[in-house]
Amino acid sequence: MVALKGAARRRSGGAARRRLSFWSWFWLAAAAIYLLVPLYSTLQFSLQTGAHQYGLGWYSYILRQPAFRQSFVLSLRLAVETVIISLVLMVPTVYLIHAWLPKLRPTMEFICTLPFVVPPIALAVGMIGLFQGVPWLISNTQILAFAYVIQALPFTYRSLDAGMLSVDIRTLTDAAQSVGASWRQTLWHVILPNLRTAILASAFLTVAIVLGEYTISSLLLFNTFAVYMQQIGTSQAYAAAALAILSFFLTWLSMLGIFFLSRRVGYRGAVGMTR
Amino acid sequence: MEADSALTGAVKPAVTSIPLSYRRVIRWLGTMPFLAYASVFLLIPTGEIIVQAFRTPSGRFTLANVRGLVQPQILSAFEATIKISLITAVLGGVFGLLVAQAALRDGGPAWIPPVLTTFAGLASNFAGIPLAFAFIATLGSTGVITQLLNGLGLHIYSHGFTIYGLIGLSVTYMYFQFPLMVLIISPALEGIRREWREAAINAGATTRQYWRMVGLPVILPSLLGAMVLLFGNAFSAYATPYALSSGYINIVPVLIGEAVNGDLASNPQLGASLAFGMIVVIAIAITIYALLQRRTARWLR
Repeated sequence: MVALKGAARRRSGGAARRRLSFWSWFWLAAAAIYLLVPLYSTLQFSLQTGAHQYGLGWYSYILRQPAFRQSFVLSLRLAVETVIISLVLMVPTVYLIHAWLPKLRPTMEFICTLPFVVPPIALAVGMIGLFQGVPWLISNTQILAFAYVIQALPFTYRSLDAGMLSVDIRTLTDAAQSVGASWRQTLWHVILPNLRTAILASAFLTVAIVLGEYTISSLLLFNTFAVYMQQIGTSQAYAAAALAILSFFLTWLSMLGIFFLSRRVGYRGAVGMTR
Repeated sequence: MEADSALTGAVKPAVTSIPLSYRRVIRWLGTMPFLAYASVFLLIPTGEIIVQAFRTPSGRFTLANVRGLVQPQILSAFEATIKISLITAVLGGVFGLLVAQAALRDGGPAWIPPVLTTFAGLASNFAGIPLAFAFIATLGSTGVITQLLNGLGLHIYSHGFTIYGLIGLSVTYMYFQFPLMVLIISPALEGIRREWREAAINAGATTRQYWRMVGLPVILPSLLGAMVLLFGNAFSAYATPYALSSGYINIVPVLIGEAVNGDLASNPQLGASLAFGMIVVIAIAITIYALLQRRTARWLR
């Protein structure tokens, strides 16, 4: 009886007007503290140029380093290459599967989930073992882009798959062809514009993954941005903090891009795992 | 398929001028580049790990590499890695669930869920090397929080805490674990229909009873799936522990890095058998999850 009364009171309060409880605020505040305090500390570290002096000294120091510029340009180049290879490879494949070959979908899901089962460090071991007899490949920075396409695979696939599910690609194709569109016209003028959000979201995420990737590039002995950052970190903690802030800012830009895309469609948060 | 093709054919004769069987072959061929790519850079390298784990340097079959995993240092590395991954998956999972639930409660400010989602995406991607530096700046021996606590008379480093060890590693992993949980579990929480809660409460259930008997069972499969993902996420982390400990922490990914990358004693067979061990552990985690999910699926039907 008491419970019933309580329930009645809660209902008369109205579901829509109920305020957040103490515990809701507590958990949200705890999350905010956990997320923000390390960022604040890193920022403070990066600005600390002397015992009690603060300034942008470490940032200008970093930007002056030729090694920083080289590693950063390499990572940027790899990011662009990875995005291009991913899209050229994945868009037609996912399209074909959605439009004509639904039987292949489980196989595709399996392959695109595999990078979760085979950790990057294990994949690096396998690639070294497999390609050590192929020096032009294993000692060429290009191989990193090839490996990163695999790292981005689950996310690219998820994004494209969701994008194609939401627009019924098969009907669109049939409609385009019934009014006489060629294959190329169908792809460029019908399919791709409908997938723009999915494609951009996966591209932003891929860039974030590649710019932070350390495991594979360090095992294959390449000096990417993250490898450079690690090397700086062994000797100069404050410069490393400045680099971490820089890296955070880049990730933030990628996420911001995804966020603005997601306001147009219901695209959810995105995760790439570059541990 | 047949009916659809017939329909297209009826509307658009130009396309049917290419025989159907040809078009089908072309479609299959269209998936070949992807399959070839995935084979060369994912499937065959994975096979290579397994082959190498069971092969001597001269190329003969052996169990010695895998048997070589049974030694104190490696076993304790596996134990530590599994322990860290389990703890951060469960704690991060529960924390993430509570945060997501708090953000999605009815009546909260509308700006909270999108801001939380963006920040969670940011945090779960802000990992690897910069994350390690962030926690060194926070809780390292001269970190901002460490010094703050020192000022308050709490000297955590003289009480055995260090960010460079296993506890520090767990604290650091939580930074990407719980936001990942928020991202994965939010859609499932949104899927819980408000009417279910109202119905339960009308029937006299307390909030606690509602969660225990309705809410939790409904999201349990997603919850378990998310925790398995969190487990694998922590289990395969390499960059963060390496940078945090300068390579001196005894967990499996760091051991692999040492075996493959070691300047003096490079040992690819050891690296491959360790990598094989990692794949086995993750495969076991996924199998357990699949079994559990089949059980919970039964409750839901």
